[in-house]
Amino acid sequence: MLKVENLVVNYGVIQALKGISFEVNEGEVIALIGANGAGKTTTLQTISGMLTPTSGQVLLEGTDITKVPGHKIVSMGMAHVPEGRRVFPGLTVLENLKMGAYTRSNKKEISDTFEKIYESFPRLKERQNQLAGTLSGGEQQMLAMGRALMSQPSIVLMDEPSMGLSPIYVEEIFKIIESISKAGTTVLLVEQNAKKALAIADRAYVLETGKIVLEGVASDLMNDDSIKKAYLGE
Amino acid sequence: MGFLTYLINGLSLGSVYALIALGYTMVYGIAKMLNFAHGDVIMIGAYLVFMCMSNSGMPAVVSIVISIVCCTALGMIIEKIAYKPLRKATNLAVLITAIGVSYFLQNMALMIFGSNPVSFTSVIKWQGISLAGGALKITGNAIVTIVTCIVIMIALMWFVKNTKPGQAMRAVSEDKDAAILMGINVNATISLTFAIGSGLAAIAGALLCSSYPSLTPYTGSMPGIKAFTAAVFGGIGSIPGALIGGLLLGIIEIFAKAYISSQLADAIVFTVLIIVLLVKPTGILGKQIKEKV
Repeated sequence: MLKVENLVVNYGVIQALKGISFEVNEGEVIALIGANGAGKTTTLQTISGMLTPTSGQVLLEGTDITKVPGHKIVSMGMAHVPEGRRVFPGLTVLENLKMGAYTRSNKKEISDTFEKIYESFPRLKERQNQLAGTLSGGEQQMLAMGRALMSQPSIVLMDEPSMGLSPIYVEEIFKIIESISKAGTTVLLVEQNAKKALAIADRAYVLETGKIVLEGVASDLMNDDSIKKAYLGE
Repeated sequence: MGFLTYLINGLSLGSVYALIALGYTMVYGIAKMLNFAHGDVIMIGAYLVFMCMSNSGMPAVVSIVISIVCCTALGMIIEKIAYKPLRKATNLAVLITAIGVSYFLQNMALMIFGSNPVSFTSVIKWQGISLAGGALKITGNAIVTIVTCIVIMIALMWFVKNTKPGQAMRAVSEDKDAAILMGINVNATISLTFAIGSGLAAIAGALLCSSYPSLTPYTGSMPGIKAFTAAVFGGIGSIPGALIGGLLLGIIEIFAKAYISSQLADAIVFTVLIIVLLVKPTGILGKQIKEKV
């Protein structure tokens, strides 16, 4: 479904990605784990067209989207839940969700999606007329996810969804990611919480200073000694 | 009756400020920049109306429409040539560019039209109404200006709230990157904002010069600065704020001229602004949303 080939990204003289390649198959949950500054966010931003790579390719369902501008990618079936949630703080929860459906025009279908989202996130329905900026961090994360799902993506990229959340919300967010996957959406998950990410992922890639150093089935990686030491704190 | 006359004149002048302030406030809200060339678009708009009407004998409405179309295009061209390449530059670089564009427009007008003031013929032929047995006269200019301003304000607020491009404008003003992730074309949205602001500037130019008929290449700069003040006064980035700020500024200016001193009127206007900003730094309707992290 999504294929990344030899991606190189530079910020001025600094090389953030040094030629990474990986693949996400339909229906999978893929985790991209690594420490701060490993290039995880850069990878996601390059895939969704927010950054232009120096070289390399991003293929979505076989189509080269490397040079497609960011705003055109949503309608190709890919949504991105950005790092730090980035909800529109001055808009209500309802308006935020509507923004998620910006590229869609069929009103009936949009309202069906609304119902589905409210079903999975009852708290968003309770707070639909509240300004997004006044929600708690966990609620904002749910909103950011709900907003991304409003475009009915076939693949969703999630950047550090558990960052800065209380343990209860972390649990809840990971449950939501599992249910999104069960509903048929492919997930590419970037996480620092390697333990939780590996627990729900099918496969995972470990990123270190712009390079993929390890890849494999998530459950195998969880038992890998080097991973245990570096990321699981065991 | 003097008081009411001044009030109506104040509202009329304030309506023009409000229309200009809209251009500042929308561009600031969406592109996060101060377009100091905005005042000079008003002047260009007024000259266009003057040329069509007085030089070519076209009807007022046709002249205004031509002026709106040309100013809309001018606004989009200015954005594309001068500001778009600086999208990632510092705010200071953009600000200096805006000042440069302002001088460019003034000097271009100076070359084409010369520095002698031309006498602008009012676009409004209606003499107005007189009430209370002729004691209170309201000019057609004042009525048309106030009504135009209110209609445009309502239309614009409806547009932003209920249309797709309007929604895109709100999203871009809140968070550009997140807007892109929603599938919103940020460049097109910024361009549209400049188009609307500049189109309104053309209307403001025609109305301003109908009440104050002496037109020179510098006609736009003082109302431009005052309208910018009005936008800050009302809360920059807020559309209703531009209306309230504009009307208040117009009323304060006219009252200061009438009751205190016409020489000191501008000083008084800016003193009031400073006081408002000391008490409420975000302006009357400006809001500071606390973000939880």
